Amino acid sequence: MSANVNHSLPLEYQTEQNRLNILGFWIFLGAEIVLFATLFAVYGVLGHRYAGGPTPSDIFKLNDVLIETLLLLTSSFTCGLAVFFMRQRDMKKMLVWFIITLLLGAGFLFMEIREFIHYVHEGATMQTSAFLSSFFVLLGTHGAHVTFGIIWAIMLVIQLLQRGLTPVTARKMFIISLYWHFLDVVWIFIFTFVYLKGMVA
Amino acid sequence: MEHKSKYPISHVVGFLFSLVLTFVAVFVTLKMNVSYTIVMWIIGSLAVIQAGLQLFMFMHVTEGEDGKTNVMNMAYAVFVAIVIVAGSIWVLTSGHAAH
Repeated sequence: MSANVNHSLPLEYQTEQNRLNILGFWIFLGAEIVLFATLFAVYGVLGHRYAGGPTPSDIFKLNDVLIETLLLLTSSFTCGLAVFFMRQRDMKKMLVWFIITLLLGAGFLFMEIREFIHYVHEGATMQTSAFLSSFFVLLGTHGAHVTFGIIWAIMLVIQLLQRGLTPVTARKMFIISLYWHFLDVVWIFIFTFVYLKGMVA
Repeated sequence: MEHKSKYPISHVVGFLFSLVLTFVAVFVTLKMNVSYTIVMWIIGSLAVIQAGLQLFMFMHVTEGEDGKTNVMNMAYAVFVAIVIVAGSIWVLTSGHAAH
C-alpha cells in the first residue's frame, strides 16, 4: 500500500502510510486536548484558594505575559509559513521560517522561565497554595511541551539537511507543525483563563 | 489542497485576526467597566474564536481525505474537554458550598 505514491497530492499526503500517520497525530492531539482539559479543570477548581499567599493580581505582570503571547502567536504564524513554502517545494525558505519559529519558541521559553524565577523569588512557589500548585502544573505542562517541541524540531532540521525534502521528511515537518500550532491553541486558553481572568478579579 | 497561490494569504489573515482578538481581549479585561461574569464571557468567546482560527487557517483541519474524520475527532475532543472542565468545576464547587 505504502508504495503507491500519488503525485497529485502535497508531499506529506502522497503515501497511505503518511496519511495514516497524519490522521494518527490528529487523534493524539485530541487526547492532548483532554489532558490539558483536566489541568484547566484543576485550575478552575483550585485557582482561587490562596491560603494567605499571593493572589494572581499580586504576581502577574501583564507586559511579560503579553510578550510571551505575541512570541508564541508569531511562532505559530511562521510555522504555518514554513509549511506553506514546503508545499511550494522551497526547502530553503521553509527552513528559514522554521528556524525563526524555533527562535521565537526559545524566546517564549526564556520569558516563561524568567517569569517562574521571579514568582519563586516573590515567595510564590508550588508549595505556597492550591492556586500556585495548579498554576505551576498547568503552565509547567505547557512549557514542557514547548521544550520537547524545540528538541524535536532541532532533530528534524538536522534530518532535513541530511535527506532533503522527501515524502517522509515532509510528513514529519507537517506533523510537527500541527503540534506547534496546537501549543499556541493551548496558550490562548492559558492567556485567557489564567492570566486575563486573574487581572479581572 | 495544494497551495496554488504564491502568497500565504490564509496565514496572514489568520495571524492578523489573532493579533486583533488578543488585543481586544486585553482591552476588554483592563478597560471595560462591566461585571466579572460579562468580561469572562466576552474574553472566553474571543479565545474560542481564536482557537478556531488556528485550527482552520493554520492547521487546515478540514483538508486531506481524512478531513471529516479530523473535524469529528476535534469536535469530540472539545466536547470531552468542556464536560471535564465545566463538570469538574460545577461538581466540586457546588459540593464544597453544600458542606
